[in-house]
Amino acid sequence: MSGVRVLVGTKKGAFVLTSDGKRKNWDVAGPHFAGWEMYHVSGSPADPDRLYASQTSGWFGQVVQRSNDGGKTWEPVDNKFAYDGVPGTHKWYDGTQHPWEFKRVWRLEPSLSDPDTVYAGVEDAAMFKTTDGGKSWAELPALRTVKGDLWQPGAGGMGLHTILLDAKQPDRMFIAISAGGAFRTEDGGKSWKAMSKGLLSKYELPDPAAEVGHCVHCIAMHPTRPNTLFMQKHWDVMRSDDAGETWREISGDLPTDFGFPISVHAHEPETIYVVPIKSDSEHYPPEGKLRVYRSRTGGDQWEPLTNGLPQKDCYVNVLRTAMAVDALEDCGVYFGTTGGQVYASADSGDHWTPIVRDLPAVLSVSVQTLR
Amino acid sequence: MIRVVLPYHLRNLARVNGEVTLDVEGAVSVRSVLDALEARHPVLRGTIRDHVTRKRRDFVRFFACGEDLSLDPAEAELPRAVAEGREPLMVVGAMAGG
Repeated sequence: MSGVRVLVGTKKGAFVLTSDGKRKNWDVAGPHFAGWEMYHVSGSPADPDRLYASQTSGWFGQVVQRSNDGGKTWEPVDNKFAYDGVPGTHKWYDGTQHPWEFKRVWRLEPSLSDPDTVYAGVEDAAMFKTTDGGKSWAELPALRTVKGDLWQPGAGGMGLHTILLDAKQPDRMFIAISAGGAFRTEDGGKSWKAMSKGLLSKYELPDPAAEVGHCVHCIAMHPTRPNTLFMQKHWDVMRSDDAGETWREISGDLPTDFGFPISVHAHEPETIYVVPIKSDSEHYPPEGKLRVYRSRTGGDQWEPLTNGLPQKDCYVNVLRTAMAVDALEDCGVYFGTTGGQVYASADSGDHWTPIVRDLPAVLSVSVQTLR
Repeated sequence: MIRVVLPYHLRNLARVNGEVTLDVEGAVSVRSVLDALEARHPVLRGTIRDHVTRKRRDFVRFFACGEDLSLDPAEAELPRAVAEGREPLMVVGAMAGG
């Protein structure tokens, strides 16, 4: 029997939402790790019962938790994220150089084939890997050699928040860093290349050829088309059809091209979703109307999806890792808000219902399709 | 025997109730007590002091016998009442934000 597990990270704990394939009735379990910031909770594609969670706190630092039973019970694993060798420095707000300092794990991305292998995206931006289920973590240090001395944190922190794994080429990965840019490796992380051609951030980065420093909020990919990437940048929605070599803008008729998450439909590689946000100064939906926008043409032409979403007095945000899709026959789309709602659509976005309304602010949403 | 009082979240993480009691060999200092605490509860490594630098995390404080010992050198000897188990060393999450 098919079903769905939605893994929700919030400012004050993690929640596991489960339903059968109809996605009408939901069981809500949690809070797990009550009181802690849960930046990301994710499941292994190779073993759906294996989950990983990033548990963090301004007081007590980073903890990584692992579950072997689909989130019923958890055990802490290693939380030591030590930069390789001498960490070096990156750019600081005043233009000086500042030492790399580990703050938290933003993303835990389990391997597509091995439940014990997980990639971790951290702040200050770097990538780590475990091959023993989290008992130890080692940095993939080559990433920070791509002009890492020029990376500079933005207001939200210099976090590595997106990790996309290519099912066809296991050594190829795409990653994105807030205010750092987007990068690709073809050799499992031994070397990296900035993916910046066509990205424009004219006020923040006057140099149109700048390789790093673009504030990439999220990138998404359909698993069958790993050469096509979609990006929600600080401003601009972008698309690449050559694995990130070049980008073109596809914001088209969106009411605003600022936003955080972007997702691809599970079965339609040209159907994509964004949640437009008014501006970088006002992090809420335009006109107080919460609208997901869907393009069925791979960008440029967009339609608002409003059925079931508040269309007045709504001033929440949807953060960069807070939208995801399931892979059931009728693709489910999910997103969480800073107001604590988790909305679900079981019909590709045509109709929405809140699964829960009153959680703490949602930091991340990921989805497991259970078969 | 040394008594240590942990804050709520760290008690949960270490799955302990009430105080933790530890045997500490040699001089009793914040450093030696934390070494013994982390040896007993490895999950606490990195939560009170940094894994690499071993420095106290910014929003963690140490108190004993009514005194704030947070800024003392980590190797400074703790008060005799702590070393003799009459008073606990308190690890406290500082008041900071929501």
